Amino acid sequence: MKLKYFAWVRERIGVAEEDVDLPPDVSTTGALLDWLRARGDGYALALDTGAIRVAVDQVHVQGDAPLGDAREVALFPPMTGG
Amino acid sequence: MRVPAPTASVVVRVQAEPFDLAAEVAALKAAAASEPGAIVTFTGICRSESGKLTALELEHYPGMAEAEIARIAAGAAERWSLGAVTVVHRYGKLEPGKDIVLVAAAAPHRGAAFEAASYIMDYMKTRAPFWKKEHLADGTSGDWVAPKNADDDAAAKW
Repeated sequence: MKLKYFAWVRERIGVAEEDVDLPPDVSTTGALLDWLRARGDGYALALDTGAIRVAVDQVHVQGDAPLGDAREVALFPPMTGG
Repeated sequence: MRVPAPTASVVVRVQAEPFDLAAEVAALKAAAASEPGAIVTFTGICRSESGKLTALELEHYPGMAEAEIARIAAGAAERWSLGAVTVVHRYGKLEPGKDIVLVAAAAPHRGAAFEAASYIMDYMKTRAPFWKKEHLADGTSGDWVAPKNADDDAAAKW
């Protein structure tokens, strides 16, 4: 699965994207966030907040959404476009 | 026999380049699926915040930015029976005074065109994957712009 990070999430983690092989029990967006937070300080700093938004295959999801067979998951702060 | 409503023209672009308002409006008018009686345009412009900023840097999520704006624009086109809608959103480093975003909505009557343009902006603020970083007058790179609760409230009212 490809993970993409944007804005201050990208800056704190230190990369814009990466490919990961998830353990089978990581099957929701909530579990993915927990799994990433345990990977290191940068991840914890970036993701240890309730403000993280998640998109699965380029569509917004809310709450603890199933990952299914998603190819791309993006994690980012609340948006400030327009 | 029921005649289906003509499908609105929905044009969405995400680009670094400036846009030409007059050219966009002319193209919108020509593409309208129903005779436009009203076109409302909105242009969002980079502010200096009283001299504090030298630029805003807009980051976006390529692919999803276009897709999400298209979902919002198509929703507005259906809800207000628009003949055409155009959204152009820029990214990259933009100095104060530069255009950031254009929304143009064509409808048979002005009420629908005004409301649709306002709806699209309110939804883009909270759902289009763009983030603004401040570049400060002292040469340093400042903070990421924080979202405003008022933006969520504005989107929720629809």
